[in-house]
This record gives sequence, structure tokens and C-alpha cells, in this order.
Amino acid sequence: MCLAIPVEIIELKDNGMAVAEAGGIRRKVSVQLLEDVKKGDYVLLHAGFAIQKIDEKQAKETLRLLREVASI
Amino acid sequence: MKFLDEFQNKEIARGLLERIRELCDGKVTLMEVCGTHTMALFKFGIRSLLPSQLNVVAGPGCPVCVTPQSAIDKAIRLSDKATIVTYGDMYKVPGSYSSLEKEKAKGKDIRIVYSPLDALAIAERSPDKEVVFLGIGFETTAPASASTIISTRENGIKNFSLLCVHRLIPPAMKALSNGELNIDGYLCPGHVSTIIGEKPYSAIAQRFNIPCVIAGFEALDILEGIYLLLKQINEGKSYVENGYRRVVRPEGNKLALEVMEKVFEIADSEWRGLGWIEKSGLVLKGEFNDFDAEKKFDIKIAKPRPRPGCICGEILKGLKIPSECKNFGSKCTPDEPLGPCMVSSEGTCAAYYKYARESLKK
Repeated sequence: MCLAIPVEIIELKDNGMAVAEAGGIRRKVSVQLLEDVKKGDYVLLHAGFAIQKIDEKQAKETLRLLREVASI
Repeated sequence: MKFLDEFQNKEIARGLLERIRELCDGKVTLMEVCGTHTMALFKFGIRSLLPSQLNVVAGPGCPVCVTPQSAIDKAIRLSDKATIVTYGDMYKVPGSYSSLEKEKAKGKDIRIVYSPLDALAIAERSPDKEVVFLGIGFETTAPASASTIISTRENGIKNFSLLCVHRLIPPAMKALSNGELNIDGYLCPGHVSTIIGEKPYSAIAQRFNIPCVIAGFEALDILEGIYLLLKQINEGKSYVENGYRRVVRPEGNKLALEVMEKVFEIADSEWRGLGWIEKSGLVLKGEFNDFDAEKKFDIKIAKPRPRPGCICGEILKGLKIPSECKNFGSKCTPDEPLGPCMVSSEGTCAAYYKYARESLKK
């Protein structure tokens, strides 16, 4: 149930909805639970709602830290 | 950057496992409280690679499993007068006498959706039918229900209501923290944390001296979570650490929390298998009575009848593992489940059945 997938926001529509894409599949999603969502943002999609933006810088930083811990 | 494959890197995984082995010099019990973690630990083969003194126990992290039986009984009773719409996970879960799947086979209008917005759309398309959405799930999912109820009211839709059985994870963690099991660390649910942030776990870390690490769901995320927990345990520390920074902000999702606060209030609630837990569930506020299936309809059900032979309660508290259940794999299987843990896509028994059945036979 915690299944949430990263999707890219392709288009913003009105009424708090947007079009998102992942793996070539497009879906209408609600962005009513986020502020300032822009085209090109990657968000976490859960039960039809974008619940958080994915922070690419943080993702890269986490990977860098993990490499360090793993001594690679 | 796809944010998925990179977190499955085998080289880094190997290195993290080395660190975990180095840090583990005695018996350690970690608990995860998320069905997706339960499954991922098996799916990525992590369980089989961890040192034997490290026990990762599944807690009550499967929202389907902890939804009280009475909720299913109520939904079935309501199906006499309304279209029942549910997430797919609830479909086969046994209530006291039947399941939504079995009721559908009898001809009731019961439908599966991916989002509560889809349930609302069903109501909009059939204004002459009452539509009830079964709102299960933890804090990851509750905002979706809340937002949908707000949209229902704003759009003047009168035939849609929510049967609300949302539950909150930190109160359950609190209830387990001074229970029968000695928990040395909590792997905290990544997506619940996306909504609630880091703060709700502080009380648990400080009051019970149990480190809490928020972890995501890819292989490296889980290994990182375990590594950070072992590090804290070795250092004698217990604080909240965020290992899932790419989507968990310290403050969580403020807007989602506001939406929840607008629509719901917190109440003492019943958890299947665990009993009543203080301030652990959500109910609709009085101003939303028109959209509350419990208030809108007169739902009288017989006293829920516990399933004989089902030890889901002990499984959900981490006191037993599925192989210790005499009915596991025999009288209780995913096709003919005695309880929710076997049939839910994130249930502990389902996970063991799918991934560990063969090794258990030996």
C-alpha cells in the first residue's frame, strides 16, 4: 500500500490536476497536496496523488554517502 | 535520473552488507512497520544476506491487515444499499462471515480503484446511486481521502461518502515499544514519513531509547536503514535519522498535513490483531457528517467473529513468525486465507508464503 512511484510532471491542468508520465505511460494525477509543482518536476505518486517532490540533489548526495560507507 | 535503478547498485549493496556484518556483534532485533518493507526485504534477498544474529521483525505495517474486521463487515452490510468502492488489497480479506470478493460474486456492486478520486468519479457518473469508498491506509493514504472529501463538498456531490478506517503508525509503534518484544531499533516507513516528517518519531526514540531510522524502499535504502540503526545501537544512541532525504523533508508535507487536519480528527481506534490503541486512528470531523458513511447510513452489524486458528495478532506484533502458525500453508493459503496477513499483498504471512515457503518445509 505504500507503493508510490516516481513520475515526471508533463503538463499542468486546472482544478489541481496534472498529467504525469513514467515508463512511457501517462496518467492524470492530483497535485492538490503539493505547492508550486512545475512541468519537469519529478514527484512521488501514490493513489492518484503527487505526495512529494523528488529532490535530485538529495538523491545524488545519498548515493555519494552510500558509496563512501560501502568504501567504493 | 530515474531514482530507482541507482538505488539497486550491487557494488554498494555488497559494501553496505559488509558494514552491517562488522557492526553486528550480538543479538539485535529490529522492527519494520511497513508492508512494503516486509515485501522488499524478501524480494531483494536482503533477509537471506543479513547476519544470523540480526533479526528483522515485521510489525503492524500492513494497513489492510490491521483494518478491523468490523470495517469489512460494515462495507458488506452497506453493499446492500450502496456501491462499495475499495483499494484492491481489501478485496479478498475475510471479514467475519464473508469478503468483498465473495459478495461481488453474489452480485453486489463492489469495485476496485487505484485512487479515491476514481471512486468519486463513479459517484459523479451515477448520481442516483450511493457510493461508499472504503478508506483504509496509514498517513501516506489518508491525505488522498481527505482531499477527495474536500473536492466532494466543493463540487456539491451528494451521493459519495467515506467509510473511514485510516490508522496512524507512530501510536502503534508507541504501543509496541513497551510491550512483550524487546525492540532495539525501528526501520521507519519511508512514504508515511513523506507526509508526517521526522518529528512524530522523536517521542519514541527519546522515551523508549529506541533509534528510529526513516528508510526508502529500494535495496540500498533498506540496507542503509539497517546500517544506520546498527551504528546508533553500537554508539548507545537513540534519535531519529532520515535515510530517505530525497523525498522525506524534516517537516513532512505541510499541505497534506493541513488537508488531513481540515477533514479528520484523531480518535482511539481498533486495530485488527492489536486491539484498541489510544489516539491511533482518524475519524471525519462533524462538519463532514454528510460524507461520513458511518453517520449517513444506519449500519448495524453482528459482533465481529474472530477467525479460529488465525494468529495474525501475534504476527502483527512481531511475537511470532508465520512458520510458527500451525495453519500456515495448509489450512491458510493466499487462495483460502484464514486472516488478512495471508491475503494482503503486503501481509507478513503472504510474504513468507511467497518467498520463504520452500525453506520452511525443510
